Amino acid sequence: MKKMIRLMTVTLLTLSMLAGCGNAKATGSVSTDGSTSMEKVIGALGEAFQNDTGISFTYNSTGSGPGIKAVQEGRCDIGLSSRDLKAEEKEAGLNGTILAYDGIAIIVNPENPVTDLSVETIAKIYTGEITNWSEVGGNDAEIVLIGREAGSGTRDGFESITDTEELCKYRQELTSTGDVITTVSQNPGAIGYASVASVKDTVKAVTVNGVAPTEETIKDGSYVVQRPFVLVTKSGVELSDEAFKFFTYITSAEACDIISAAGVVPAYGE
Amino acid sequence: MITQQSTKIEQIHQDIRAEHKTHVEWKRRNRTQTIEYMIHGIFLLLGLITVGCVLLITVYLIISGIPAIRQIGLLDFLFGKEWASTASEPKYGILPFILTSVYGTAGAILIGVPVGFMTAVYLSKLASPKVKSVMQSAVSLLAGIPSVVYGLVGMLVLVPGIRKIFNVPDGASLLAAIIVLAIMILPSIIKMSITALDAVPKEYEDASLALGATPVETYFKVSVPAAKSGIAAAVVLGVGRAIGEAMVVMMVAGNVPNMPNSLFQSVRFLTTAVSSEMSYSSGLQRQALFSIALVLFMFIMLTNAMLNFFLKRERE
Repeated sequence: MKKMIRLMTVTLLTLSMLAGCGNAKATGSVSTDGSTSMEKVIGALGEAFQNDTGISFTYNSTGSGPGIKAVQEGRCDIGLSSRDLKAEEKEAGLNGTILAYDGIAIIVNPENPVTDLSVETIAKIYTGEITNWSEVGGNDAEIVLIGREAGSGTRDGFESITDTEELCKYRQELTSTGDVITTVSQNPGAIGYASVASVKDTVKAVTVNGVAPTEETIKDGSYVVQRPFVLVTKSGVELSDEAFKFFTYITSAEACDIISAAGVVPAYGE
Repeated sequence: MITQQSTKIEQIHQDIRAEHKTHVEWKRRNRTQTIEYMIHGIFLLLGLITVGCVLLITVYLIISGIPAIRQIGLLDFLFGKEWASTASEPKYGILPFILTSVYGTAGAILIGVPVGFMTAVYLSKLASPKVKSVMQSAVSLLAGIPSVVYGLVGMLVLVPGIRKIFNVPDGASLLAAIIVLAIMILPSIIKMSITALDAVPKEYEDASLALGATPVETYFKVSVPAAKSGIAAAVVLGVGRAIGEAMVVMMVAGNVPNMPNSLFQSVRFLTTAVSSEMSYSSGLQRQALFSIALVLFMFIMLTNAMLNFFLKRERE
């Protein structure tokens, strides 16, 4: 009997301690939330920041929309968005600071002989006007359109750049960049889009208007299929000391190397 | 005189001791009873946690699922043929998802049940004990494989395979989902059917054999009919597993909200309709996703009710 009471007390105490942990906003840490496409770059920055300052860093990989919502609701310090803020989001009191530019690579299977496509052709392919690779100088094979799910930052970026919003006739809508790359690498007739940073050797990135997606071409704007990586903060609300430190750290010239190493083009410095 | 007195004292002592003993016993029994009550109470509380969760989820789903249905209109929602949740003029028709889930589950049952049922008959009646034990552990292993692994194998082997064999541009399709689901429901069908077949009294079979029926005739004309409600329960259990599966179909079915007009079409199931859009959704779109979840929940409640019905009949 006594044992049981003791056990219950201990359990209760443990539970209340856990509850306490949940309530208290962890001091001395920076929380970020948002774009899955920014995982690589923000992860690298966070790690370096943590090593240099000892302030702990968290990143919640949810997507641009939820990240923006999280800042708005005060659930994180800095939101991460892989698209420009919409007008109504700016009106709601949010500020966007561009951290870097990310090129969206148009990827095909390595067996595909097609090496260059213009933005117009890409738009025609995705809207179903061109359905066979032979029409763009490839083999006689049906084009299989691979895309991302509605709401994805990459899809939003791709469709707004190619001006194909709501017109794409996808064969597959996948929920991650990795899935897109895997699927394109498995199907000789497939075309897909993915963040340049995550493109691997298993697929081939075509040149767009004759320009290959490299750091220089993305930075000077000659590679046109690109989008900004945006740090979202709430105007009128001061960042915590730690979050401010993080913000200045990642937008400083020193962070450029880390950002480039992650495969995207830094917007600051140099 | 003295001895008489001492015996009397002894007697009194004995009485006291006896009384003390009954008192202790009574106290002990009392304490045991309190513990019994306490444990009873704790168990009741633990049981109520489950019931509470079910109630909470049901109420939550209904509350969050109703507003969107009301706004969209029940008929437009259930029978609308177009789903474009992020379009500038959003359309929320979930008929493609409902039909895909129904076709997908039916297809999986069509392939999975004959295979699973025959395997169960073989294992229960024909197989030698050695074969039976090896095959049964294989079946259990199949049940234990995480669904994401099925999905991965489906994505890397089955989808390209379908593309090559049927010479279609892309293999991610309703057919791929049906095949993977059929394999996934095998263990539940086999296990349930074996249990039902093993429970058939041996006398039935002996009588049939004694009348001159061959063993195979006996199994199919005596054992199987005797176990039929158990086997029906196995089928319903398979339906429940197939209709609720999300991970696998997300990886092999292509996820485009098309009407399922062909086996080789890219389709989206009820489960994947919820999970693929949930993370980015907001406003009416999110509410509509809850409504889809509510529809799915109704389907699963229906299969569960059927399962209970069959199991009850089996017990009788």
